[in-house]
Order: sequence, then structure tokens, then C-alpha cells
Amino acid sequence: MAKQKTMASTPQRRVGTVLGTGFFLILSLIIVFPVFAGLLASFRPGTQLIRRGLSIDLNIKTMNLDNYVYLFSGNADSQKYFMWYKNSLIITIVSVVLTLLICYFVAYGLTMYDFRFKNLLFTIVLATMMVPFEILMLPLYKEIIAFKLIDTYTGVIIIGLCGASTIFFFKQYLSGLPKDLLDAARIDGCNEYSISVRIILPLAKPAFASMGILCAMGSWNAILWPLLVLKGAEKFTLPIGLNTLLTPYGNNYDVLIAGSMFGILPILVIFLIFNRYIIDGMTAGAVKG
Amino acid sequence: MDINYSGVPAKGQASLLKKDKKVNTMSFKKIIYSQKVAPYVFVVPFILSFFFFWVYPLITAVTMSFQDIGAINSEWIGFANYAKLLKDNVFHIAVFNSVKYMFFTLVLLIPFPMLFAVLMDSHLVKAKGVWKAVLYMPALTSVVISGTLFRLMFTEYTTGQMNIISSFLGLGTYKWLKMGWSGMLALLIVACWRWTGVNMLYFLSGLKSIDSSLYEAADIDGASGWQKFRFVTLPLLKPTTVYVLTISVYAGLSMFLESYMLWAGNSSPNNIGLTIVGYLYKRGIEKNDMGYACAVGVVLLVVALIINFAQLIFNGTFKKEVE
Repeated sequence: MAKQKTMASTPQRRVGTVLGTGFFLILSLIIVFPVFAGLLASFRPGTQLIRRGLSIDLNIKTMNLDNYVYLFSGNADSQKYFMWYKNSLIITIVSVVLTLLICYFVAYGLTMYDFRFKNLLFTIVLATMMVPFEILMLPLYKEIIAFKLIDTYTGVIIIGLCGASTIFFFKQYLSGLPKDLLDAARIDGCNEYSISVRIILPLAKPAFASMGILCAMGSWNAILWPLLVLKGAEKFTLPIGLNTLLTPYGNNYDVLIAGSMFGILPILVIFLIFNRYIIDGMTAGAVKG
Repeated sequence: MDINYSGVPAKGQASLLKKDKKVNTMSFKKIIYSQKVAPYVFVVPFILSFFFFWVYPLITAVTMSFQDIGAINSEWIGFANYAKLLKDNVFHIAVFNSVKYMFFTLVLLIPFPMLFAVLMDSHLVKAKGVWKAVLYMPALTSVVISGTLFRLMFTEYTTGQMNIISSFLGLGTYKWLKMGWSGMLALLIVACWRWTGVNMLYFLSGLKSIDSSLYEAADIDGASGWQKFRFVTLPLLKPTTVYVLTISVYAGLSMFLESYMLWAGNSSPNNIGLTIVGYLYKRGIEKNDMGYACAVGVVLLVVALIINFAQLIFNGTFKKEVE
């Protein structure tokens, strides 16, 4: 960074810059390649995917928009696809809103007050991160059946509402705010809950942005748990629905490939708009360790 | 002020909608609103979630692992499930695959992203924002989509990308997803594709927190580039490294979906893509043998905890907390 800014621009340095930048250019091309190949494939008949695999062929004459026309045609396949899309949107929006609010208030309680079980609770928050979800998956599945939440969106959403990493991130963020604000507000006659909503919440907007995007990505792409909970095809989320198209006969590959590309779109748009917040949110836990 | 109250968790806060000032009229309200009680109200959702969706399932997982779970009755069978695991060759393959996968992801996804981050942090790279965004992109795509794309790239037909590349390099063509080594290679390539950028960003944020005056001091002492990396960057990056190591151990051992998507289902030829969680899923969901599957889960938990505690002790993380 600021290490050698004073150094004059020499030929060696220019060569270094070309090499350094060139390295990341090549790396980026490698990373983009599979998605680009998928995009190209989405302009060709699905039968080609079965016969030839994903291959890069820039010949524009053999490309057409048939898969997308089919996807948006409003026929049975198209309706099914957009039903999954809608289900994913509903689940994502509801779970993001609820998760953010609940995690914010929990983190607020853990940060702004000194109470007896504070440290114990925070240790517990961290401890829950030490157990992979997959171990709890089967008992949770039985629990959700017992609660009669199987095949419901509630069943999908409810288990993730108190995400430990989200609480942790909010706590990191809130710790940076001056606690004097609370006392000032109390003197002005604000009660404890109004303070959390009216005074501190507006200040935590950047944290909401970071965590909101990360939660939305997680929820939009989630597959393992929704795969267990959702049974009826009319309840499927997009990833699960796309997964059902992966039959060995490949008769649905037209919808699969075009649908996959169109499924990346919402997350990609959000990412391009908010990418600064994503990186802030994602790396917050790593620095302090 | 323009605030949205609608999503406030309902625990004792509903009254907030109407009146803020008339608090001291009722004693119950007074208690709920007191500074002593408020923190508990805030953390109630976490405590509920903790007991229902963590403590209870964790205890259930352990107790179920000692049972034979039937549709109606469950029978206590002691360590029989574990004894069976010891003799279960398919489970051994799954453990071996998961540990191998974890080991190679550590080898590939810690040093290289760290070096990339150091390079990215230097003055040698232009247009940093673009590269960061592109390298992060794979983490945005669902495993369903990326797994499908890679499955098609690793097709056994000669027209697939991987076969084009390998025959271009003079290595001939392969049935990638039908052999042990190449199946693992495919899994690792997917892992590198998805996580290189993410880990690089972790290291990059670690680098940002290093005080640049330390590098200036090293310059004055005449330190070479390597010495600066070895004696300044590496030690100060340690908290980040330990964090990435910890999450990578868990992610590696509990990998399942990548394999599930690459082989379009939970069965691969000779179980070359079977992982511990894949076996848990197969036993618990596909064969409905929950007790045995829970024993698999408990083994996974124990292995993950042992590796991570060993790693954290080795790295001196616990010592620091005591200070």
C-alpha cells in the first residue's frame, strides 16, 4: 500500500506493474471461464450439452435465444421455473428481514449492557459456530417434523434466524459505537427499547447492509436444508428445482442451463451494487480473530 | 423520524408502538422496561433458538447414535452403531475422502490466497477493485449451478473443456469423474474455483490491519522483500491465518454438496466422491437409518473438534485469551 509511494516510476517498476496486473487478469479469466462457457451454452440447444459437455464455441451463427424464449414462454416448464423463483424470493426476503432484526437486537443486548450472563452468552454464541450444521441436520429434521413444519417455508427459515456469525458481526460493529449515546438518550426520557430502535439502529445501517447481502446470498443459494424440509414441487426453491432437472436423460437441459444463468442474475446485480459492503461484512470476523 | 417498527420481535416490545412515556403506570411494564431486565429481553430469541435448534438437536444426535431408530419404537443398543462403523468399509472410504479433501484444500487454499493477497496489496497491481469483485464472484453462485457447470466441463467426451485442456497438454483424455484421483482433482478444482477469492479477501483485510510503519522500519534496517514477508507480514497475519484455517477444516470435513452436484446425486462410481456428510445423508435420509447416521455425525464432530483444537493449541490461540 503506502509502502513505497515515494519511489519514482522506473522501467523496472512498470514491468512489475504489468506482470502484477497481468497475473490477476489471467486469474480472473480462469475464474470467469466456467460461467462464461455456461452462458454460451445457454444460447444453444440442451441436447448439445449432453452430447458434448460444456464446450466453448464462439461461433455466433449456431447460437440463438430459443432457451430463453422457452423459459419466458409461460408454458408449463416456464410456470414451474418462475414458481421456484418466486418461492426463493419469498424465503430470501422474509428470512433476511427477520434474521437481521433478531440478530441486531441480540447483539445489541450483548453489547450495550453489563449483565450477569453476558460473557457466558457470548461464549455460547461463539461455541455454536464450532459445530457443523450437518451434524444437527437429522435431529433438526425430526424436530421440524414433530413441530409440523415440514414442507413449509417457516420450517426452512426458522432454524437460521439466530445465525451466530451475524450476531457476532453486529456485536463487532456495535462495540465501535459510543455508549454515551445511551445515557444521553435515557436522560432525554427515551426508554431502553426506543433507544435500540431510534438511536442505535440508524447508526448501524452499514452493518445491516453488509449482513443483509451476505444473508440474502446464503438464503438464495441454500440447498441442503430446504432439500430436506420442502417436499412438494410447488414449494421448491430455485436451487432445489434446478436440481430436479438434472436427470440422466437430460431432457430438461434447455430450461436447466438458461434457468441457471437467469438464477445467478439477482445475486449478481446486488453484488455489483453493494460489493463494498459485502467485503466489509465478510472479512469482519477474520481480522480480530 | 422515519423508522419501521413492523419487524421488531414481539417480546414485550409491542407496547412500544403506542406509548413511550406512560411507562411507570404499570409495575409489570416498569420491570420489563427497566435497565436490568432489558438485556435479557433482547437476548431471549437467541436463548430460545440456542435450546431448540442447537442444544436439543445436539443431545438428540448423541443419544440417537446409541439407538436403533425405528418408525415407531426406538431401541437402545449401546455402542452397536459405533462398532458397526468400525467395520464399515464404505464409511472408511468416506472418512478417507473427506480427510484427504480437507488436507488438500488446506494446502491449496491457504498459501496461494495469502500470496495473491500480498501481491494484490502491493503497488504492482492496477484496477484492484475489478479483480477483487471477479475473484469473489464464484462464492455468489449456488453450488447447484457451479456444480452443474463443472460436471459438464469434466465430461468424459473428448469435446469437454478438461479433456481439451489435457489433450492440448499432451496428457490424453480421461473419464474424469470415474476414477479416484481425477474425481478428487475435480472436487479440488471446484473448491479452488469457489474459495480462492474469498480466502484472498480474508488475507487482504488482515494485511490492511498491519501498521505500515513496521514496513518503513524494516526498510530502514535494510530488510529484503522476503525478510519483510517472513518477519513482519507472516507473524502479524497470524490471527487471520488461524481463522481461515479453522473455517477451512470445518468446511473441508463437512463437504457434501460439491460432490452431490458433481456426480448428480449421492452415488459415485466406487464411492470416489463419497464424503462423511454424504454417507450421513445416505444412511439417514435415503435409507432412513437415523441412529446409524447420527453415529456418523458424532464421529464427524469428534474428528473436527480434535483437528481444530490441536490446530488452535499449536497456534497458541488459547494462550492469548488468558492474558
